[in-house]
Amino acid sequence: MVTLTVNGRQIKAPRGSTILEACRLNGIEIPTLCYDPDLRLAGSCRMCLVEAKGRPLFLASCVAPAEDGMVIETESPDIVEARRIVLELLAARHDFSCQTCEKNGDCKFQDYCYRYGVKDSRFTDGGRHVYPIDDPNPFIERDYNKCIMCTRCVRACEEITVARAINVKDRGHNAKIATAFDGHLADSPCVFCGQCIMVCPVGALTSKVSAGKGRAYEVDRVLTTCTYCGTGCTLELNVKDNQVVGVTSNRSEEYSPVNKGALCVKGRFGWDFINSPDRLTTPLIKENGEFREASWDEALDLVAARLQAIKESSGPDSMAVFTSARMTNEENYLAQKFARAVLGTNNVDHCARL
Amino acid sequence: MTNSIEELEKDAKCIFVIGSNTTENHPVIGMKIKKNVLYRGAKLIVADPRRIDLAEMADVYMAHLPGTDVALINGMMNVIINEGLVDKEFIDNCTEGYEAMAEVVAKYTPEYVEKITTVPAEDIRKAARIYAESEAAVICYAMGVTQHSTGTDNVKSICNLAMLTGNIGRPGTGVDPLRGQNNVQGSCDMGGLPVTYPGYQAVTNEAVRAKFEAAWGVPLPPNNGLTLTETINKAHEGQIKALVVIGENPMMSDPDLHHVEEALEKLDFLVVQDIFLTETARYADVVLPGVTFAEKDGTFTNTERRVQRVRKAIDPIDGAKPDWQIICELATRMGYPMHYNSPEEIFEEMKALTPSYAGMSYARLEGRGLQWPCPSADHPGTPFLHKDGKFTRGKGLFSAIEFKEPRELPDEEYPLILTTGRNLYHYHTGTMTRRSVALDKHVPEAELEINPHLAAKMGIRDGEKVRLSTRRGSVEIKAKITDILAENVVFTTFHFHEAAVNWLTNADSLDPVAKIPEYKVCAARIDKI
Repeated sequence: MVTLTVNGRQIKAPRGSTILEACRLNGIEIPTLCYDPDLRLAGSCRMCLVEAKGRPLFLASCVAPAEDGMVIETESPDIVEARRIVLELLAARHDFSCQTCEKNGDCKFQDYCYRYGVKDSRFTDGGRHVYPIDDPNPFIERDYNKCIMCTRCVRACEEITVARAINVKDRGHNAKIATAFDGHLADSPCVFCGQCIMVCPVGALTSKVSAGKGRAYEVDRVLTTCTYCGTGCTLELNVKDNQVVGVTSNRSEEYSPVNKGALCVKGRFGWDFINSPDRLTTPLIKENGEFREASWDEALDLVAARLQAIKESSGPDSMAVFTSARMTNEENYLAQKFARAVLGTNNVDHCARL
Repeated sequence: MTNSIEELEKDAKCIFVIGSNTTENHPVIGMKIKKNVLYRGAKLIVADPRRIDLAEMADVYMAHLPGTDVALINGMMNVIINEGLVDKEFIDNCTEGYEAMAEVVAKYTPEYVEKITTVPAEDIRKAARIYAESEAAVICYAMGVTQHSTGTDNVKSICNLAMLTGNIGRPGTGVDPLRGQNNVQGSCDMGGLPVTYPGYQAVTNEAVRAKFEAAWGVPLPPNNGLTLTETINKAHEGQIKALVVIGENPMMSDPDLHHVEEALEKLDFLVVQDIFLTETARYADVVLPGVTFAEKDGTFTNTERRVQRVRKAIDPIDGAKPDWQIICELATRMGYPMHYNSPEEIFEEMKALTPSYAGMSYARLEGRGLQWPCPSADHPGTPFLHKDGKFTRGKGLFSAIEFKEPRELPDEEYPLILTTGRNLYHYHTGTMTRRSVALDKHVPEAELEINPHLAAKMGIRDGEKVRLSTRRGSVEIKAKITDILAENVVFTTFHFHEAAVNWLTNADSLDPVAKIPEYKVCAARIDKI
């Protein structure tokens, strides 16, 4: 363990921790943008600067090791001033269109600008870059006018998904996130998992499927298990006014043991079938080759009577039940109980073979 | 899976992927495999007729001909035995049947296997050495292994390979079938099978049956039931009169849809419970509207046997009911009162009858869930099975397995091998993904993968419609020219009703044990339109 003094308070942390880790472990919050505990350290945004007594330069706390006896200030006047300048430098390439931004209210850059009173940038001589927002893929909106070059998307693409579809093109003020040859995602190795959206701290990368349907502060997030393949990823259904309006994920291993927040294109973007106008909303009974709408009572009575009649005339083994891998365990339990105890047959199977 | 998903990223030193296009069909597992290979130095062996994404980073890639898995694995075992790479201690202490297996494998030299599989003998040797010499080697497979007339043989061969090298019962080892559907593991666990009650308790076992008869209060049938594929065949023969289909879509997913269609039309009564008017529901006498996973509580069990909560996010849409309520209402109307206040009550009843789930409760499933077997309330769950080489039956049994050719082979009239599967952007019969706007916009139609040489010979250009035919029928489908498969193999997916490939597949070639259809091999031809 090492012992250090932060804002006048003594804290302890395991040897090998960074200053940021030591502080977070002890409940001391330091602003970060490029830092992500699951990704390789970048140390590039400089939001996490802290003052260390006896050091001539401010330290980026996300990469600086915590040393025994260090005396750290995380919110001293000099640090606050430095953060303002950092934010202004980042703002020199950020389009403040917060009113219409999907991430309004869920944007770390917005939060920090508010907290440190940064309203605009002194460093926009010659204007901001204006990048076209024109990637035609149906999943991910790429608005690089809001990008602050934290590179979390690049690292998530490389380290979580291992697609390696994007990287940093050009340097300095001209740096930009791009696919090879700066083209469309569909022409790159991108698999549209949306891990880049998950880690983006601003509104540069957002879901086109959820666009306009509800902001983070308007939705309830319900933790559940994905309905597609057998991996069993945990995801969060975003609900607004009793409608599913999006999918996000929980990155804690304690709640998302299989995937730790990572999803695939189907899990993250394939949820709107729930609201499809094709959904069945009434029982149907076929008469003379055509379906007509029926009440639940009529339909259930008819099904029960027909099954009962066939059971009596042809025996239980003239009937079968196909249960489903799409249903819950509880429903599968009931479906096989229905086949065995009610119909009286072991003719029950499902799509495990298909 | 005998082991856990996490081990594929952290513990496995060698991953052998056969018959699984993991990055498309289990993308998040694919990510973990890639991470282990690229950043932690695990070796990767890939065997697949198509040069899938994972093949690009494999140490060895073997493009074996569809349907030659047994030969390929026997070839690897031949090398392992002849080069003394077996785990003799494991074989002696934990297994039986080695001699008979070794005797069969003796003739499968890499050169002999090369003739069957088209995989160069040297690659078979290399793969065998990498797998056998790794400290912890795991085999991942999926429907590419099982959907064959020799599906059971293929799986047994995989088990042979794992036992031969002692790669079972430790972290990072194992035999890992990657299950393709969210709750296919759970459906099997819950007794959604014609031969077992929940927890794989045989319906033919009298003591087990007595337990369920006591719990459910009725006499239960003693004979094994019919599998799904057999049910369709029996309906076709007129012996099955009534069918209750809950959330299944056989008119897209089953082999030879002409045959399925005739079978469904012969039924006296078909009831379909689903969220959409599926291809199958159109044939129903009564359709009952169910709800999606977002509208109900419950649990799913994933491919690593982890039972996790499903939580209701929204109320059922107007007019639809949760499937469990529909089943209860039907049972009650048929004179068997069934009433539960919540899915949790059903879970409590189930677990009392299911030893592998006995220690679970909704409270315990909060957070990380639990992996079965979890026999008691203080049991932590089981991340990997067969610890210390202890198998369910006692000793692990080697099977001596000869290679058998697929049932329907190419001939002059149908010179190609058609193999089917899924892609990243769609799921199974497309019921959900075709109605997810972005997914359907991105990949709106079926494509037939054709090797460039074949395309050139036939004058087919990329993107043009061709006719794909088998002895069962034909569909028109867009050609996609790609060199990821051999000249005599074509591939497409079964997601698209507009070009439903299961009109073409074969209902007659089933695995004799599992009754799984041979979706991965049938004889086909393509013609220019």
